[in-house]
Amino acid sequence: MSLQFIVDGLLTGSMIGLGAIGVTLTYSILRFSNFAHGDFMAWGTYATLAVVSAIGATFGKMAPIGPLSFGWSLLVALVVGMAFTALLALLLDKVLFSRLRSQGQAIIVVMASFGASMALRSLLEFTFTSRPTYFSRAIQIAMPIGFGIRITPDQIALLLLTAVLVLGVHLLMTRTQTGRSMQALSQNAALARIVGINVAKVVRVTWIVGGSLACVAGVMIGILVQIRPFMGFDMLLPMFAAAILGGIGSIPGAVLGGLIIGLAEAGAVQLIGAEWRAAVSFIILMAVLFVRPIGLFGVGER
Amino acid sequence: MSETVLDVRNLEAGYEPGMPIVRGASITVGKGEIVVVLGPNGAGKSTFIKAIAGLVPITGGTVFLDGKDITAAPAHTMVRLGLAFVPQTENIFPLMSVEDNLKVACGILERREIPARIEEMYAAFPDLVRQRRTAAGNLSGGQRQMLAVARALIVHPKVLVLDEPSAGLSPKFVSVVFEMLAGIRRSDVTVLLVEQNAKAALAIGDRAYVLVEGKDRHEGVASELWSDPVVAELYLGQRPQHHKGGAA
Repeated sequence: MSLQFIVDGLLTGSMIGLGAIGVTLTYSILRFSNFAHGDFMAWGTYATLAVVSAIGATFGKMAPIGPLSFGWSLLVALVVGMAFTALLALLLDKVLFSRLRSQGQAIIVVMASFGASMALRSLLEFTFTSRPTYFSRAIQIAMPIGFGIRITPDQIALLLLTAVLVLGVHLLMTRTQTGRSMQALSQNAALARIVGINVAKVVRVTWIVGGSLACVAGVMIGILVQIRPFMGFDMLLPMFAAAILGGIGSIPGAVLGGLIIGLAEAGAVQLIGAEWRAAVSFIILMAVLFVRPIGLFGVGER
Repeated sequence: MSETVLDVRNLEAGYEPGMPIVRGASITVGKGEIVVVLGPNGAGKSTFIKAIAGLVPITGGTVFLDGKDITAAPAHTMVRLGLAFVPQTENIFPLMSVEDNLKVACGILERREIPARIEEMYAAFPDLVRQRRTAAGNLSGGQRQMLAVARALIVHPKVLVLDEPSAGLSPKFVSVVFEMLAGIRRSDVTVLLVEQNAKAALAIGDRAYVLVEGKDRHEGVASELWSDPVVAELYLGQRPQHHKGGAA
């Protein structure tokens, strides 16, 4: 078989992994499965697209950076989109999740996130229609890098971006007081308050990290595949599978889980057929839940 | 008695509205004192100090710390106000290293001060030094309590509040914990201690209160309270069979 599936798998895995970081953080710190996380991706992508168009309309079309398909305007727009998505997550938490969370029943919050997911998605369809759109229609030439593998400049850039972001989040979690506070809150919320951690502040940081990474994952999908209102919702199952495979609460676990699922999907497409792609995350999710429910880096409840 | 650090007046607190567990308890803790709160099972000792620490809703009375009313202060602000609480169980973050357990509690300290303060804690609790990179969940029962106390002391609290530090430990670790508390006694830290193990607690305490049915019923010098007939009666009154033998 061709080894091309490795590149495809790593790229899909990067998108899944970046999304799964948000899922795993929300689950371990706020203690609910946020089904609206995929729609944060889509909203972030459309916001980024809107900013790119606005920049293009104001300053004229920008030349792409080197061999890439996108220019500086996309990078600027991505930062704006990340901020927008973080604000969207904070707003949704303020008007919806935080009120329900204070009642103490996780399942109500989960259902609310499901409702929010549908509402957010429908709003996108209403505004932008369900017709796919693109950041760029330029066609990139894939470069051969040996072993029968080809990769485009965009793909290399996005893999590097993922690596930088994952390293950044890992350092945030392990080396900073904010990260230690997030770990503390996920391990023992009552004790976290006792040692002086402001829970409301840590919750805000969690939404900001999760929301902005969801935007990056969405924009990656937008660059490499296409932009649709359902783009994030379709990622929900792989993201949850990745978060659970990696072990809930673990950032390296979420990323590794994403890469494993991405590679498995790409391999399955090549070996069995494209119609089986979606089944792969489901099969992996079921297998993990049967064999090792706490995941690769997970730790049992104590 | 020297100046009062903690002054609790007629405290009324409980988890359910209209069903107070603490019903008008008053105590004072002077600077540098170790004050013990004793009482039979179900007397509301734990609820009493959890309420002081902001973890149980207070429905009446006031709590003053250094003359400041902290009755309504949220739990996460207590450390900044000068009150450090050590819960009875689950008082460490099990997946974080010993060192990160200490660091995460340093939020109110100056950044420059933190490394030196951590070394001071290691000097005071040498058992923890060798384990600084170990996940706290892998520590022994006694070491866990040391870590929990070190984590509370690291922020220079005006008063250290301990909820039954010997609960659930094997006899070997109970003595380790009381040796540690005796060490704290020598270091001039002000301590409010709730203990089930009355004899050991009175041995290290300065003064003690006996809490019965959510009220402070008796107060005295710790060394004298052990032989005080009133104390025996307060305990005996609650659980006659159990204490007839040797405990009380």
